Amino acid sequence: MTDRYQTFTRTPLGRTLVKNLGLPDPTPLPRWTEGSSVIDGPVVFGAISETDTGKAIQALLRDIGATFSTAAEGVASSELRPKALVFDATGATSTADLTSLQRFFSPVIRQLGTAGRVIVVGRTPELSAAPEQQVAQRALEGFTRSLGKEVKRGATVNLVYVAPDAHDQLDSTLRFFLSPKSAYVSGQVARIGAGPLVGNGPAAPLADKVALVTGAARGIGAAIAKTLARDGATVLGVDVPQNANDLRKVMSSIGGSELLLDVTSIDAPQRIAAAGAELGGLDIVVHNAGITRDKRLANMRTDAWDAVLDVNLRAPERITAQLLESGALNDGGSVVGVASIAGIAGNNGQTNYATSKAGVIGLVQSLAPRLGDRQIRINAVAPGFIETEMTARVPFAIREVGRRINSLQQGGLPVDVAETIAWFADPASAGVTGNVVRVCGQSVLGA
Amino acid sequence: MTETRKVAVVAGNRIPFARQDTTYRHASNSDMLTAALNGLVDRTGLGGQELGEVVAGAVLKHARDWNMVREVVLGSKLAATTPAYDIQQACGTGLEAAILVGNKIALGQIEAGIAGGVDTASDAPVAVNDDLRNILLDLNRAKSLQDRLKVLTRVRPKAIIPEIPRNAEPRTRKSMGEHAALTALEWGITREAQDELAYRSHMNLAAAYDRGFQDDLITPYLGLEKDQNLRPDTTVEKLAKLKPVFGKGETATMTAGNSTPLTDGASMVLLSTDEWAAERGLRPLAYLTHSQTAAVDYVKGAEGLLMAPAYAVPRMLARAGLTLQDFDYYEIHEAFASQVLATLKAWEDPIFCKERLGLDAPLGEIDRSKLNVNGSSLAAGHPFAATGGRIVAALAKQLDENGGGRGLISICAAGGQGVVAILEK
Repeated sequence: MTDRYQTFTRTPLGRTLVKNLGLPDPTPLPRWTEGSSVIDGPVVFGAISETDTGKAIQALLRDIGATFSTAAEGVASSELRPKALVFDATGATSTADLTSLQRFFSPVIRQLGTAGRVIVVGRTPELSAAPEQQVAQRALEGFTRSLGKEVKRGATVNLVYVAPDAHDQLDSTLRFFLSPKSAYVSGQVARIGAGPLVGNGPAAPLADKVALVTGAARGIGAAIAKTLARDGATVLGVDVPQNANDLRKVMSSIGGSELLLDVTSIDAPQRIAAAGAELGGLDIVVHNAGITRDKRLANMRTDAWDAVLDVNLRAPERITAQLLESGALNDGGSVVGVASIAGIAGNNGQTNYATSKAGVIGLVQSLAPRLGDRQIRINAVAPGFIETEMTARVPFAIREVGRRINSLQQGGLPVDVAETIAWFADPASAGVTGNVVRVCGQSVLGA
Repeated sequence: MTETRKVAVVAGNRIPFARQDTTYRHASNSDMLTAALNGLVDRTGLGGQELGEVVAGAVLKHARDWNMVREVVLGSKLAATTPAYDIQQACGTGLEAAILVGNKIALGQIEAGIAGGVDTASDAPVAVNDDLRNILLDLNRAKSLQDRLKVLTRVRPKAIIPEIPRNAEPRTRKSMGEHAALTALEWGITREAQDELAYRSHMNLAAAYDRGFQDDLITPYLGLEKDQNLRPDTTVEKLAKLKPVFGKGETATMTAGNSTPLTDGASMVLLSTDEWAAERGLRPLAYLTHSQTAAVDYVKGAEGLLMAPAYAVPRMLARAGLTLQDFDYYEIHEAFASQVLATLKAWEDPIFCKERLGLDAPLGEIDRSKLNVNGSSLAAGHPFAATGGRIVAALAKQLDENGGGRGLISICAAGGQGVVAILEK
C-alpha cells in the first residue's frame, strides 16, 4: 500500500505546494536494515545530576559507538546537528528540577536532525522515594508528549521510566528507541522494572528461541514472523486453513513451521501447546490474529460481536492460560498481545473491536504481576494506522484522515509493529513487562 | 413396551452408477429407483407382495416428485398396497432410510420393508428464479386482463435466468470440496495418502467385480453392467498427475481422482425380521444392530463440514459397549479421500478425542486392511442418496461371506451431518 500523497510531496511541484499552502509534510522514515547502526549521527546527553542511570546510558552510548557529548560541552556548538538527544531526568527530586528540561532542550531542539530521536529517562513515579519526586517524575510525561508534537522531520520523542534498581535493564530499550526500529513509535512511555541480566547480545537477540505467531500468513503477522526470524528465532506460524498458501510462503522464506488452525476452535490452545512442546517449548508468544466486523452497536449482529471477541480476546486468553498451565511456555518467556488505539481511544463503529482490544490490555495488566516468579513477561503493542490490506479497504477519506492525524503525518508499516514486538521479545528486555506501547506515530486518538 | 426385535438385512440391489451426463442422462430419479426396486423384487421373489413400507429419498429432486417413492412403488412389481414415504438427509439419506425401516421392524410395527435412495446429477431440477416465480404467481392472482398486463410489464430479461441447484452449502456458499480442502489442510492430509486411498478403492472394487461379489448386488441398467467410474487400470502414478480441483496454490491436494465425481444411480435394501425372511425362503445376511446421527457447527468454523461421523461413531460405540478396534470391516464412505483420512486421523488424535469428543483416551488406529474392502465411493461413484444402500448391502454380504463378524458404516453428509451404523452377524 503506497501513500500517494507522501510520494507527491517529494516531487518539485509537491514541495512548492506543501510549502506555500502549509499542507502536511510527512518525512519518509528510515527503517532498520541489515548493517544499520543503532544511531547514525551525534548524540547529546544531558542530566539533572549524576546518577547510576546516567552512567548506564553513557556506557551504552559508548558501547554502540555513538559520538556523544554531554550537555555542557555539546550544546554550545552550533555546527552540531544531533541525531539524538538523551536526557536523564531520574535526578529530578522536586518540581524545581523540571527547569532543567527547558534549559537543556530549548537551545538544541531546533538542531535535531531528520528522523531524530529524543529520549527522556525518568524514575517510575509510583516508585519514587518522596511525594515531591513523584510529582516531578509524573510531570515528564506532559513534556515528552508535547515535544513529540513539536519536533518535525520524522523525529520521535519517548519517555522511559526506570525503577530504582533497574538501571542495568536499560540496554535493549534504549537501543530500540534510538534506532530506526522505533521509526513510528512516538509520544510513548515505556516502564522498566528490575530483572535478571540476560540476553544473547544485539547481533541475534532471539537465537535459540522459539516464537509462536498467530495470524502469521499476511500483513502485520507476516512482518512479525519475519522480524523475529531475522533476530534468530525459530517461528511457529499459525493461521486458518484458508490462508494456507500465504502461510506456507512466509514460513518457507524463514524456515519456520506451520500450524493450520482456527484460534477460536475448542482445542486450539491444546494443539498450540502440543506443537510448541514439540519444538522444545515456546519462548515467545505473539497473539496477532485479529479480525474486524465493524457496525454501530444499534446495528450490531450477535455473530459479528461474538466473532470479534472470540478471535481477538478470548483466543489469546485461552491460549495463554493453556500455555502457562501445560508448561509449554518456557520460563523467562515473553507474551505479546496486539491491542489497538481503538482499544484505548474507542472508535465509532467498533464497539466489538475496541472491547476486545481493551480486553487485551486488561490481559496484560492482570497477568504481568502474576508471571514474575517465572520471569515471564507480558506486554502489548497498540498499532495505530498501519498500511495493510485491512486498512487499504478503509474508504479513501477516512483512510487519508487516519494517515495524517498523527505527529508523523503518515501511516506506519507492518514492520514498525514487528520491531516493537521484537524489542518486547528480546530476553534482554527482562525488566519490560506490563507495558502497552502504541505504534501510531503519536496519533491524536487515545493520547 | 415390548422387547425389540432383531433387524435382518436380507438382500440389496442397485443399478451400476454412471458418471454425470453420460449413460443415465435421460433417466429420471423415478426411473432409476424403479429399476433398482424391481431388480430387488425379482431377485427375492417378492413380486405382487405387500411390504410394511418402502422408504427412500433423493437429494436433488424435482418439485413434481413430491411423493416420489410412493409413485415408484405404484409403478413397481410390489403390491400397490405397499405404503411409502420420501426422506432426505443429504448423503446420509440411504442409510437413514435403512435405520428408519429397521426401527419399525425392531419395534414390531412392520415385519419387512425396503430402504434406499436415488440421485441424478444429470436430470437435475432447473427452476425459474424468484423474480419470475413471483411475477407468475401474481399473474395467476390477477383478476382482470388489465391487471394481468400490468403484472407482465414487470418481466425483465434477467427474469429468464433459471435457478440451477448448486453443490454448495447455503450458509457458507462454499462447495463441499472447498470445505473438505480446508479440513484436509487442518489435519495435514497429504496428496500421496489421498491418492493411495483412491487407488486402493479402485483396486478393491475391481477385485470385487472379478470374483463375482457384485453379481447379486447389481441389476444392469441401460446397458451399463459395472460402475462407470471404476478404473481397474489406474495407478498411483496416474492419480499423482491430476491437477488439484479444490483448494488453491501449492497447498491444494484434492483432485478429481481422490474426490468422488458427480454420479447418477439408485440402490435398495430389504430388511425384515428373521421369521418373515424364513417364511419366504430368504436368509439374513447380517443384522442392523446400532445406529447414530450427529451434526457439527461448521458455519462458525468450529468444525469441518464433513467431520460429524467422527462424533457420531464414538457415541454409538459407547452405547454398544464396543471399541473402534472391535470390527472386522470398516465402511467409511469416500466422499473425498481426505474426508476418510481426516476422520481416521481425528480418532487417533489425543487432543481431538479429549477436547472435542470428551474422551479420556483416543479411539485409536484401525487396521487399514479392513477398510472399504470391496471399494467405496471413489471407485463406484456417489449418487448422494444411493450410497447408503450400496454400503449396507455390500457390507451385509461381506459379513455373510465371512461367516460372521462386525462392520462399521460411517457416512458424512451436507449440513455438517453424519450417519453411522453397525452391522453384525
